[in-house]
Amino acid sequence: MTTQQESPVSAVISIQVENESGALARVIGLFSGRGYNIESLTVAPVDETGRQSRINIVTTATPRVLEQIRAQVDRLVPVYRVSVMTATDPHVAREMALVKVIASGERRADALRIAQAFRAHPVDASATSFIFELTGATDKLDAFIDLMRPLGLAEVSRTGVAAIARGAAIL
Amino acid sequence: MNAASHQTDRKPQTAGTDTAVLSGAEVLLRVLVEQGVEVIFGYPGGAVLPIYDAIFRQNAIRHVLVRHEQAAVHAAEAYARSTGKVGVVLVTSGPGATNTVTGLLDAMLDSIPVVCFSGQVGVPLIGTDAFQEADTTGITRPATKYNYLVRRPEDVAPCVHEAFHIARSGRPGPVLVDLPKNIMVGPAPYSDAPRVPHPSYHPQTEPGRDVIARAVAAMKGARRPLFYTGGGVINAGPEASTALRRLVEKTGFPCTSTLMGLGAMSAGDRRFLGMLGMHGTYEANMATHDCDVLIALGSRFDDRVTGRLDAFSPGSFKIHADIDPSQINKIVQVDVGIVGDARRVIEMMLEEWDCTPANTRQPIDVAQWWHQINEWRKIDSLGFSQDMAPGAIIRPQYAIRRLHELATATARDTYVSTEVGQHQMWAAQHFGFDKPNRWLTSGGLGTMGYGLPAAVGAQIAHPDALVIDIAGEASTLMNIQELSTIAQYRLPVKVFILNNQYMGMVRQWQELLHESRYSESYSAALPDFVKLAESFHGRGLRATCVGELDGVIAEMLAHPGPVVADICVAQDENCYPMIPSGAAHNQMLLGPDQDDEISAEGRMLV
Repeated sequence: MTTQQESPVSAVISIQVENESGALARVIGLFSGRGYNIESLTVAPVDETGRQSRINIVTTATPRVLEQIRAQVDRLVPVYRVSVMTATDPHVAREMALVKVIASGERRADALRIAQAFRAHPVDASATSFIFELTGATDKLDAFIDLMRPLGLAEVSRTGVAAIARGAAIL
Repeated sequence: MNAASHQTDRKPQTAGTDTAVLSGAEVLLRVLVEQGVEVIFGYPGGAVLPIYDAIFRQNAIRHVLVRHEQAAVHAAEAYARSTGKVGVVLVTSGPGATNTVTGLLDAMLDSIPVVCFSGQVGVPLIGTDAFQEADTTGITRPATKYNYLVRRPEDVAPCVHEAFHIARSGRPGPVLVDLPKNIMVGPAPYSDAPRVPHPSYHPQTEPGRDVIARAVAAMKGARRPLFYTGGGVINAGPEASTALRRLVEKTGFPCTSTLMGLGAMSAGDRRFLGMLGMHGTYEANMATHDCDVLIALGSRFDDRVTGRLDAFSPGSFKIHADIDPSQINKIVQVDVGIVGDARRVIEMMLEEWDCTPANTRQPIDVAQWWHQINEWRKIDSLGFSQDMAPGAIIRPQYAIRRLHELATATARDTYVSTEVGQHQMWAAQHFGFDKPNRWLTSGGLGTMGYGLPAAVGAQIAHPDALVIDIAGEASTLMNIQELSTIAQYRLPVKVFILNNQYMGMVRQWQELLHESRYSESYSAALPDFVKLAESFHGRGLRATCVGELDGVIAEMLAHPGPVVADICVAQDENCYPMIPSGAAHNQMLLGPDQDDEISAEGRMLV
């Protein structure tokens, strides 16, 4: 086994589950029980009847552990399908953030300018504050939040990653 | 997720012509009959009173009253292991349900099909900290293959049908169904088993022909092959063991087994090398280390089997067949992974072996391997010396050997359960099993207190069979209350206690790892087991020296009722051979006088 295979990589685990009581608890309980890390988590119903939900979990692990995660999740009774998407698997991954900045004067103007550059929309404003809404890849959100920090960053709410494979391939 | 809607909206399928209004409890009982249930192991309480009332008013299903809910699960496990059917448990809410957790996890780790019904407070009371309320599905989620909280009357029948399907199919395991009291009291529709039990659940049982072909090609080229079989072969039914014996015969390969797989091969078969792993035989472990093709069938590379992982069977081409895809490459990276039921895997290997062209290997190669194995066998790693003077102290291995010989002489069908510890390993080493489903032991979880309730379950399933719990004096006290169950149902269970007045395995490890500081491992203030047996309406016997042993065993086997035999054995005996923690298969300790150095990493291991 090469060292490259042994080094941890970031991945999105996408899981299609039966939308039933306890299904999410089974998945996240498996992660905590087996010592896998959850960096972010999203879940919502995704089919027209609301019977199936999609869970997206961002984790970092070696390829061998990722394969174990896939197999362990796949054997849960309410799980239909699992896919593991790493940097080498073409996919789109996005998350949304709401960022509250409390600032006035020069700092307020700077915050607005930077928000424009990032295509972050002000969705609420008061005399002393803004809430920006921003969607994109995780690193873009990280960069924006870092820039807001000296300008009066007060609160952040992020959705976690939703991901889907590129092209005609489906989960 | 979707906590507000709580349950799926699966459409109930009503049974066409049936118009009688049944209660939820009556629907439950009807589904159980439909599923072929004959026995329930249980204990009543407030939340399950409606179910117990329904049991009272029918005769199709027998209820066995245990004395502790943990024992109900172990009894159901042994019932399942020894019959191939699903074991059924019924307990009340709160403490009734929490007491089952050890048993459920035991069944989970050993892949035993059990369905456990727990009472729950009425739906309107859930979440209010009501009397005897517990979040049972939350607590048992990681201890079960699947579980349900039934919140609607129309879900009772489909959930219960499905529970049996999930418990017995694929990799078997425990399923819990939590039944709120108001659902059991109120009216509920009956429905037949759903045609699509759970839309997302599709275990793969049929192996792919291509991987079988790759496996057999490797087997045909092997010079030092070895079968390593496990509990999956037992779980696949007796036909799987029959097929395994044919495969071993046909290939001429040696075969070793895990603790859970004992009985799939006959212990007397010359191709069987005995158990492998921590307390396995020298020949089995050396063969595992030195083999060039390792064929794992229904086994899972447990740490008790592999020892030090980076030195486990280092040069071999590894084939691993398991019904659970997540077991393949979990611990050991393999060259061919086969997903499927062990019986089908073995049958297809047999077919493939016959239709593959002539062997590429020279026959002499495997003969040389056998020559090597027979050299290892000469070490006689299970050997021990017994002073045969009548007053001599009984060695535990000798007690088990004599038990096996005298039990075999009765020609009765014999089931053996064990507790956990040294006596369990000695039983695995010295009680030769000839048939599958006769060996009932807690492998994965290592649950002390398993054996006595397991003997209850086995005896209920096989009323005419000889059922022996090979026990240690410490373990058996953990569920000793089941002597009362044994008395109530007049179960002729034989409890064979190897009494060394120590938690022997704990003490053995304290000798190896903690300079013999026997912290809390001495069994102080033991009961008089003879009087204990008598107080539970059974026969109590005791052997204190070699001269008394055969007489006690003979009397125990001849007595028609329950017996507790207190066999006072050598207190300082340790279980050998042994792969010490952190060591490899070719670094076994064969006896106490061997110089042993346990690595720092080894000391960390359990």
